[in-house]
Amino acid sequence: MTLLNRGRLLTIVGLVLLGAVYVRALAFTPTEASQGLAQKIFYIHVPAAVWAETSMILIGIASAFFLFLKDPRLDRFAEASAQVGTVFAAVVLTTGPIWGKPIWGTWWTWDARLTLTLLLFFIYVGYLVLRGAITEPGLRARYSAVLGICGLVLVPFIHFSVLLFRTLHPQPVILKPSAPSLPAVMLTTWLFSFCVFTLLYIGFVTQTYALLLRREAGPPAHG
Amino acid sequence: MGDILRDAWTIARKDLILEFRSRTAFLSAAVFTALVLTVFNFGRDPTAVPTLDLAPSILWVTFTFAAMLALNRAFQLELENQALDGLLVAPLSRHSIYWAKLIANLVFVGTVEAVGLPLFVLFFNVDIGGVLAPLLGVIALATIGFVAVGTLFSAMVIKTRFAELMLPVLLLPFLIPPLIGAVQVTAALFSGRPLSEVQGWLRLLAAYDVGFVTLATLLFPATVNE
Amino acid sequence: MLSGENLQHAFGPVRALDGISFSLTAGQTLVLFGPNGAGKTTLLKVLAGLIEPQAGRAQVEGGRAAIGWIGHQSHLYGYLTVRENLLFWARLYHVPPAQARRRAEELLARLDMTERGDVQVRVLSRGLMQRATIARALIHDPKVLLLDEPFTGLDLAAAAEFRELLAEFAGTGRIIVLATHNVDEGVELATDIAFQSRGKFVHLAPRANRSAAEIADSYRQLVGIDGGRGKRG
Repeated sequence: MTLLNRGRLLTIVGLVLLGAVYVRALAFTPTEASQGLAQKIFYIHVPAAVWAETSMILIGIASAFFLFLKDPRLDRFAEASAQVGTVFAAVVLTTGPIWGKPIWGTWWTWDARLTLTLLLFFIYVGYLVLRGAITEPGLRARYSAVLGICGLVLVPFIHFSVLLFRTLHPQPVILKPSAPSLPAVMLTTWLFSFCVFTLLYIGFVTQTYALLLRREAGPPAHG
Repeated sequence: MGDILRDAWTIARKDLILEFRSRTAFLSAAVFTALVLTVFNFGRDPTAVPTLDLAPSILWVTFTFAAMLALNRAFQLELENQALDGLLVAPLSRHSIYWAKLIANLVFVGTVEAVGLPLFVLFFNVDIGGVLAPLLGVIALATIGFVAVGTLFSAMVIKTRFAELMLPVLLLPFLIPPLIGAVQVTAALFSGRPLSEVQGWLRLLAAYDVGFVTLATLLFPATVNE
Repeated sequence: MLSGENLQHAFGPVRALDGISFSLTAGQTLVLFGPNGAGKTTLLKVLAGLIEPQAGRAQVEGGRAAIGWIGHQSHLYGYLTVRENLLFWARLYHVPPAQARRRAEELLARLDMTERGDVQVRVLSRGLMQRATIARALIHDPKVLLLDEPFTGLDLAAAAEFRELLAEFAGTGRIIVLATHNVDEGVELATDIAFQSRGKFVHLAPRANRSAAEIADSYRQLVGIDGGRGKRG
């Protein structure tokens, strides 16, 4: 099976399973007492956030290896992961407000996860804009790698800043559901969703990678 | 190591002489700083929010934007007559070129800040007398971080079509952690709170500086080697 | 001593260097002809250390300190004077200051620019700028001179002067590699001739006693393009 089709298969399986996650979340998992129905978004919101960040870390690692090994596959992976990471970050940034409005009464809040994801989103966009601005493939790969590594190193600083800011200016602690002190049945749903998102990440990246490969090969020769 | 710094200084000195002779970049940056401070004044209602609350943010937003304007200058200089190729053919370590630009940028941005700070004090009536030394310290600390990353990014961005737009887009996310730190420490200083309260931020700024100066030094050759 | 061993380099799908090998010793002047896009600039950049070849090795005895480079641009700073430019580059090449000052005056005299020494480069005419560029390339007394189409934009008089200077330089036992797309430029200086086309040397031989016309002929035959004298054949 071609890479593209393998990717598509994984994605389709992932999306079907995502549907299953939701069936389970809505029908078989109890509703959280204080937050009601809105809390169910958390099953998408948090795994997407985890993968948005992990994707950035993977890009950083791939970029570092690229600078040493100069293997174009690493650069292609980084580009694919950046595109997918951007989408996941966007998911977090849209589900956040959808969750937030019914619960906190505001669309946006500067909590740790949203702030981190917002900054990640900006870095992703910058990464893609930089790639778009350079036509020569060798230069583009090198510059993207430099940016990717810087992004990786920035992540701990963002975490630390956000942490420091919150200790000085405590936010309402309604965000407890993110802590693992979940009743077993919710935890299971969450883990299930996390596995599905892992599958989706792999599926999307594989597809994107295959499409990038195809684009590089140029239009197929005829005759 | 000594060689690297010596060569870096040769190039930085040349940059500063060139800058002093043409003066355009410095004057533009200084005027820009004054204008931004002026706009901030008209963008607030002094009866609603006390100046002291906004002052740290005003100072740092101004410095950040002035720094970003100034950063592209360093590599722009080498674009004329493609002098950068000349630097790359010379028997210098690539790291010297980074350090040269870093030093020149620090002097340049530092000078712009030296113009901006008194203006800020004047326009917003902020009393910094008692805290001048620590204030200069935190300004230096944050500026080093901004310029370290900014110099690296400007080396890349200079080759793209919309360098002036690209640089802020790439750079600003990276400036947010040190910026938050700088604002928090400045706020503490302005309201007379002890520095021990903001130790965490100071450590963040220091770690950021060490981390990114090192990283940028290591990564810089990748931006010029083909 | 300068050599290239099976140099390979591609920019995306374009092979700029496709297995180039050669070596030169002191006293040799290699003039490299080739149409635009043949990879001449890439080869010079690899020799100068500006580009790391994707395969193969280039070696220059003495490393970058021994190389003088003249590319398409002057590498001079507009707001510095000619003397200041020369002394700056001398410092970067670690030439001791007293020696640098002496050498700068010698070069300015030889290039007939002594009175123009304290003029800022940005007001110089093209011809004077070219002379200043030559001085810049020679300030550190390089053993190897790499020139990439140095005659571009020079009028006949300036070009003749430049050829004289190069001949003088060649006579002192240095190595010169000069790339050009015009057969008339520099043929007399050559001890060796190479034709580069699509990344390969399709001809590499001592000049022997061949005249410019003969060389232009074999160039047209081997490369299929008129040696810059007329339209593409």
